[in-house]
Amino acid sequence: MSADFLNLLEVAINGLMAGVLYSLVALGFVLIFKASGVFNYAQGVMALFAAQTLVGIQTGQVPFAHLINAIFGTEVHYFGWNVPALLAILFTVLVMILFAWIVVKVILVRLVGQEPIILFMATIGLAYFMEGFGDMMWNSEVKRLDVGIPSGGSFWIEDVTVQWAAEGERYFGMYVDVLDIWATVIAVALVASLAAFAQYTKPGRAMRAVADDPTAALSVGISLNKIWIMVWSLAGFVAIVAGIMWGAKSGVQFSLSLIALKALPVLMLGGFTSISGAIVGGLIIGVGEKLFEYLIGVPFLGGATENWFAYVLALIFLVFRPQGLFGEKIIERV
Amino acid sequence: MFYREAGDFKTTYAADQQTFPILFDRRTYYIVLAIALGVMPFVVTDYITNAILLPFLIYAIAAIGLNILTGYCGQVSLGTGGFMAVGAYATYKLMTGFPDLNIAIIVVLSGFITAGVGVLFGLPSLRIKGFYLAVATLAAQFFLVWMFNKVSWFYNYSASGQINAPERTMLGQPVTGAETEPWVAYLFCLAFLIVLAVIARNLTRGRIGRSWMAIRDMDIAAEIIGVNPLWSKLSAFAVSSFFVGVSGSLFFAVYLGAVEVGEAFGIQKSFLVLFMIIIGGLGSIFGSLAGAAFMVLLPVVLKLVMVDSLGWPTDLAAHFNFIVVGALIVAFLIFEPHGLAQLWRIAKEKLRLWPFPH
Repeated sequence: MSADFLNLLEVAINGLMAGVLYSLVALGFVLIFKASGVFNYAQGVMALFAAQTLVGIQTGQVPFAHLINAIFGTEVHYFGWNVPALLAILFTVLVMILFAWIVVKVILVRLVGQEPIILFMATIGLAYFMEGFGDMMWNSEVKRLDVGIPSGGSFWIEDVTVQWAAEGERYFGMYVDVLDIWATVIAVALVASLAAFAQYTKPGRAMRAVADDPTAALSVGISLNKIWIMVWSLAGFVAIVAGIMWGAKSGVQFSLSLIALKALPVLMLGGFTSISGAIVGGLIIGVGEKLFEYLIGVPFLGGATENWFAYVLALIFLVFRPQGLFGEKIIERV
Repeated sequence: MFYREAGDFKTTYAADQQTFPILFDRRTYYIVLAIALGVMPFVVTDYITNAILLPFLIYAIAAIGLNILTGYCGQVSLGTGGFMAVGAYATYKLMTGFPDLNIAIIVVLSGFITAGVGVLFGLPSLRIKGFYLAVATLAAQFFLVWMFNKVSWFYNYSASGQINAPERTMLGQPVTGAETEPWVAYLFCLAFLIVLAVIARNLTRGRIGRSWMAIRDMDIAAEIIGVNPLWSKLSAFAVSSFFVGVSGSLFFAVYLGAVEVGEAFGIQKSFLVLFMIIIGGLGSIFGSLAGAAFMVLLPVVLKLVMVDSLGWPTDLAAHFNFIVVGALIVAFLIFEPHGLAQLWRIAKEKLRLWPFPH
């Protein structure tokens, strides 16, 4: 194989890995959208908040230390202990469940029956609130997140791929981050377990019933409130996973919440209501933007096309197929 | 008692169709105008102009623009920052390309250029609706910001990638550049706001505004009764982008003077303007002004209370700002989806009977 082709392959593989992470965020969107019809803009901030909470608990930060210090003039920052990663994740899950409960009880039940776009704007408000709240609780510094997932380039892949190159080519092997491989494995496991949960368990079936027809589900005795809390908790759990992956990759910082925006075109491509759509859409966007950047962006357009490629692709795509790849057909009635 | 429609008889069609048909509204309007034009220019200081008045006036224009698109025509846009950038860069290119052209004309021309770009990005709205469109407008936001960053023709190949407003005068007074007096900048922006607000108010209660509202309430039904969706949606995009473009132009030329596109016109700006119209009131010109005033004043007040009087660090105040804004958005959507404008309407209802409610 020629070096050019191998380079292209490397770009595509890395795009695939990035796409998996987009899919993870998109998955959280789809879960909530299916069950409660809310397009949850705050999903990205939830990932950021989850990652902040995880790091905070792990390193024993005092919550609201900044505020306490400002009011009482004290100097507290850390409790001085370190919590093991697994325990910290468990605590974070509890925090996200509590968060889900508050969101449903305080916001969602009061907005029942409003137009979808109003709900969407409410989640933008929620996102702002959480962003400020998370920063105030755990301070806004860029933090390192380490839960023991290995990272760094894989030498094994490098060694293997070097031999693929044709004789005499200058080729030094592919760079694939081990973390990305782990992320892929975990994402696949997560999707599989979510699908199994929805397919084979009682609450999962109730969740699908609500997604299918809320009124009918209500009439056979399914509590919408409970399902919503469950779904938001699940989305919180997905946010934790996404937060861990992105946080381990590029540090816990504000830009983490912007991946939510990247997940939007993924959803448009895949359709808002389809879990498999979210996965496929994520992969297409991930590979597409990396390849576009590599083949056209850098040589002809001056680079950084990743900022907009996904949106423009989704825009063009939507003009021809407004419901996305796997979405249900949109029928409009007067 | 104070606010009443009764006893205010109209004898001509012109009087019946005037912008403010109720005497109380008309008087309030003229008093506010008189204060804004006659008193404020003499009392404004550098700090008040730059921290409150200029941002308010400029954001108010953008908010009216977005309100036309989102509040009146029902097309949610998250591309306001990008369109403001178009206005700013159009102004820069016109200012440097035609040094003799009057700055007011340049601002208006920039508005028209932005309107053209807005129509271009509005075209998909004929196929895409709801959030899908909101996301599609994100494409405009990111693409435009990227373009102004990468294509060096837009910033005249300057090494820093910034654009700087050269000095331009109007009636002998510098309006842009470092020499500008605060009252001149204030009056310049105020003039644009007044003219544009009057235009917007009259557009929205005229034929075109009604077609926008019909599209907003239910586009298929509107189409069936004979409203042309193509023309209505695109005209809303054009008018809205014109306003947003003018606001971006003023934001760059008069307010900031020097702009780096990603920083000044990023996605945060789009959300800021969107929040203004949610808090102020969707589908209300007064609401746009109230929302803009609110969102401009909030961080100033928070900073005043927390940093200056309580002595807290500034980043804490910034976090509080986020929390308060987020909580307010949610609270408004839950309790008063029509925003400050509706609160004002309720207050007027109460004033009508006060102080004898029975």
